[in-house]
Amino acid sequence: MESPFRSEAAAFRFLLLTIGAFALIVVAGLINTWLGVAVFLLLSGAAVWLYLRQRGERPPQQRVAHLSPPDEHRVLVIANETVGGQELIQEIGELALAGRTQFHVVCPALNSRLKTWTSDSDAAREAAQRRLDATIARLSQVGIEATGEVGDLDPLVAIEDAIRTYHPDEIVLSTHPLGKSNWLERGVVDAARERFDLPVTHVVVDLEAAGQAQQGE
Amino acid sequence: MSSHAEAAHHHGPPVANQSSRVDARVLGMLLFIASETMLFGSFFTAYFFVRVVNPGAPSSWPPHPYHFPVFVAGVNTAILVTSSFTMHWALQSIKRGNRPAFLAGMTLTFVMGLAFLLTQAVEYLHVGFNTSSGAFASVFFGLTGLHGAHVFVGLTLLGMVLVRGFRGHFSPEHHHGVELPGIYWHFVDVMWIVVYSTVYLL
Repeated sequence: MESPFRSEAAAFRFLLLTIGAFALIVVAGLINTWLGVAVFLLLSGAAVWLYLRQRGERPPQQRVAHLSPPDEHRVLVIANETVGGQELIQEIGELALAGRTQFHVVCPALNSRLKTWTSDSDAAREAAQRRLDATIARLSQVGIEATGEVGDLDPLVAIEDAIRTYHPDEIVLSTHPLGKSNWLERGVVDAARERFDLPVTHVVVDLEAAGQAQQGE
Repeated sequence: MSSHAEAAHHHGPPVANQSSRVDARVLGMLLFIASETMLFGSFFTAYFFVRVVNPGAPSSWPPHPYHFPVFVAGVNTAILVTSSFTMHWALQSIKRGNRPAFLAGMTLTFVMGLAFLLTQAVEYLHVGFNTSSGAFASVFFGLTGLHGAHVFVGLTLLGMVLVRGFRGHFSPEHHHGVELPGIYWHFVDVMWIVVYSTVYLL
């Protein structure tokens, strides 16, 4: 069962279901009042169960419209704290050398669950904006012009938002290494590949190793 | 334009965070209908209180010697349900670029909605009781009147779609102005199914 408010067609199907359900309730209620109540409760419970069960399933893969000019390649870069990592900058550099490529960097506003529930997201968005500004400035230094924005804390929602406005041809997703990455733990890369009809390149950035290497120098 | 440049040229309130998988206009309709459901819920609470919880609840519904015009309301229900089918047909037609079918569907929907409202007005005139006849009459007129008001609002929206349709608006690419009144119209229909079943039939 889908949300009846998403579209007119969904609302129409919901109406048909309502007619069927209330026909059953009325017939049961005319036989016996308590039978009518029982049928009502049973159908309500079944509707809630179906709705919750469907919500748990992964949505079908989205077809993404390719609106960029034929000679232009649009790359959407999604990265958390790893946004300024050497491996990611290197990957972007390689893509930039391949031809006329446009980059759009999205930094999800990472936040704790409690702060999200209490709408305390200003600091998270500011931190994400700082990371984004630093990355765009660093890319600019090596001759790569990129646009950027702060996205939703859920990387998949951030990708979906960016797809609606940017229409990329490719996604580059940057994470910490396995074992240190919350996104990998949650299967974000696989989920992005399943959900979006776009090539997804996964870049692993090990900030700890990079930091140790810097200290050694 | 870089993030720096965007920030430098942006005036006014901060750009809204987009994070939503639902179109903002559909989300608005969702919230509106959710609030409407709560409004109807309060009226249904009053109805069930009068009919079931109240110590002086009538032993029969409606209380003797009154009768509800179940048959006329049943015909009216059929009209309203049919209007949802024509609404659906109209939207599917404009999505396929079939403008004559879209206009026919919208006209039929509007006419049937108007017929429902006029029939309800006639029903009120001949029902044989009024709001001073007791609590049962108050909840009857309250629930059916609240629904009638929603039909009126729906008809206004459909009227706008109809006028715009005849002026050449809407296309297979741009039909959001039909989609939203369609959702609202089906919601009005769903509420009537609930009202008719509980007030008239049970």
